[in-house]
Amino acid sequence: MGQAQALSGTVIVMSTARDQILGGIRKSLGRETSPSRQEAEARLANHPRNLIPQRAHVAVEERLELFVAQATAAAASVARVRSLDEVPGAVSSFLAGHNLPQRVKLSPDTFITGLDWDGQPTLETDTGKAIDSDLASVTGAVAGIAETGTLMLASGTDRPTTLNFLPDNHIVILPADRIVGVYEDGWDKLRQDGDLPRTVNFITGPSRTGDIEQTIQLGAHGPRRLHIIVVEDAA
Amino acid sequence: MKPQSHLFKENAKKALNDANLARALNNMKAGFQDKRRATIAKLPEFQDLRDQARDLKNHTLENLDFYLSRFEDRVTEKGGHVHWARTPAEAREAVLEICRSVDAKTVTKGKSMVTEEIGLNDFLIESGLTPIETDLGEYIIQLRHELPSHIIAPAIHLNKEDVAETFRENHTQLDPNRRLDQVQDFTDEARAILRQKFQSADVGITGANFLIAETGSTVIVTNEGNGDLTQVLPKVHIVVASIEKTIPTLEDSATILRVLARSATGQEYSTYTTFSTGPRRPGDLDGPEQFHVVILDNGRSALLGTEAQDTLRCIRCGACMNHCPVYGSVGGHAYGWVVPGPIGAALDPGLIGLEEAHDLPNASTFCGKCAEVCPMKIPLPKIMHHWRVKEHEAKLSPPRFRQGLAMWAWFARRPRLYRLGANAAIGMLGRLGAKRGRFAKLPLAGGWTAHRDLPAPSRGTFQQQWARHKRSQAPSSS
Ligand code: SF4
Repeated sequence: MGQAQALSGTVIVMSTARDQILGGIRKSLGRETSPSRQEAEARLANHPRNLIPQRAHVAVEERLELFVAQATAAAASVARVRSLDEVPGAVSSFLAGHNLPQRVKLSPDTFITGLDWDGQPTLETDTGKAIDSDLASVTGAVAGIAETGTLMLASGTDRPTTLNFLPDNHIVILPADRIVGVYEDGWDKLRQDGDLPRTVNFITGPSRTGDIEQTIQLGAHGPRRLHIIVVEDAA
Repeated sequence: MKPQSHLFKENAKKALNDANLARALNNMKAGFQDKRRATIAKLPEFQDLRDQARDLKNHTLENLDFYLSRFEDRVTEKGGHVHWARTPAEAREAVLEICRSVDAKTVTKGKSMVTEEIGLNDFLIESGLTPIETDLGEYIIQLRHELPSHIIAPAIHLNKEDVAETFRENHTQLDPNRRLDQVQDFTDEARAILRQKFQSADVGITGANFLIAETGSTVIVTNEGNGDLTQVLPKVHIVVASIEKTIPTLEDSATILRVLARSATGQEYSTYTTFSTGPRRPGDLDGPEQFHVVILDNGRSALLGTEAQDTLRCIRCGACMNHCPVYGSVGGHAYGWVVPGPIGAALDPGLIGLEEAHDLPNASTFCGKCAEVCPMKIPLPKIMHHWRVKEHEAKLSPPRFRQGLAMWAWFARRPRLYRLGANAAIGMLGRLGAKRGRFAKLPLAGGWTAHRDLPAPSRGTFQQQWARHKRSQAPSSS
């Protein structure tokens, strides 16, 4: 302790754990500031991209195919519909296909609540954050990331995070034009929107564990099923 | 729990005679090694990404003071709180103080090796709180009062029968006739029990895979979703993370994440990667009202500028232990501390002291597989060598200069280990000494060859050995 004195030649009172830890780092590195400090400043200001895998450099249609293939490989199910009008019907058939009650908790996001849910009279909807008894939720997503079939979701006043984790079934409505190549593209989108949301979730397939005998079992604590409805023309 | 690393030899010997452990560890080949290999083959840039990940982490460590204080500024700007802890005791106190301030009773926890390192659970229990591990593997070992035996698969040393026994002992409400023999049975049982806990917890504690200096975000990477339920449901979220988790930007996290899951479980990407930035915002319907980050040093800053500095690049993927013949034979508990395997052998002497951990850097067959698979290109054998030299200098036990060989010979005599990879080491010894039939120098074995020449094993070249070894393995592997 107290080694910064030796470096600077003046006695600095280092009273807090914070100063001692930071001082200890400088002492171990043997200097007060790093020769690459400017580089570090620039890195934070410009957040440059590093190497981007080739697989994501594909035309728009192929990107969609890549996303679907990768999401499916991660055990998500994917349905494709032509327009937003078809979404409530697709939600209903997903529930029917798994013998689930026709009931969903919708994200308050107007993109979701604005869909024609009344057109599905047998489907009960409710809006808000998730509670324990919710069996299925419906949310949007900021982006779909083709390189690994990953969804990027962000929290907000109309986008509670619990919808992504508590219900057994998570249904995500993804307009095809939100499918981007790589994670970095997703961050660019969020940066354009302004302040970084409090929670950003990257979700690749449903919840799983390999903790017992290395056997992969789906549905550990989060959703047992992740269903993605890709909307080809969401205009 | 106190470190038990000084008992390594004793515990390793017991482990080698434990048939159940051998059965459990045998799952690693299909579970980890094969999957990793297949996934990496699909990403041609994988090796280049490793180089970049190494370089960017080196840059971060060179500027760690800068990035850490920037991280702190950002957390504070977003309404969170940063607590600095030099020692495990300070970290525990910081956590307890936060818990007390909200009158917490129950605390849920995501898997976190740092909270194991600081002995948080025992401390919270002594202080009258109830910590509940929610990762399935951690939950099981918490019931069994054990340390994790692997950093990403804490219960890897157990078989289904062990888990069934543990559940029957602890879940007293469990119908004795209820079937418990499929992995799904356990998962469902734990899911049902932990659901209630998630909802009723006052505080959620997680670790962090990364701290992002640019944004003040903490990042967790999980598959189960327990970490997310832990951090989103309770009123208070506490993140406990060590100083070297820092990285500069969101883009940098993308690069490291591309090598993390592939190296760890052989997934292209883990199921959940979550970035948390500050507490719940005005108008939010969920999320914690308080967001705290406890930043722990515990000896790490002193490793900077030393030969062990490279261990601070570790992203705790587990690949080195998944491929280590010693770990694969003795399991994680023999190492006697939280981080086992090659990274444990390279890191633990720096964190818990050479006196306690001096056997660990000797627990090596010199096969080099750990460094070969490490996504952060940490030269693990070289760092173990560094500790062996230190150990020799410190004269921790008098004829210690022979320790490198003694330990190696000890392992080579164990048939199971021998099968698993010690052949490679013997081949290497043979190759190095082949010219003169004796060794004058053996770069990996520390002090001993400086004092004594040794006869070279004459069992053929490394490649021949390896080919023979592989052939002998072939029928049993699928
Ligand atoms: S040392 Fe390398 S391989 Fe081992 S856990 Fe750390 S990052 Fe992974």
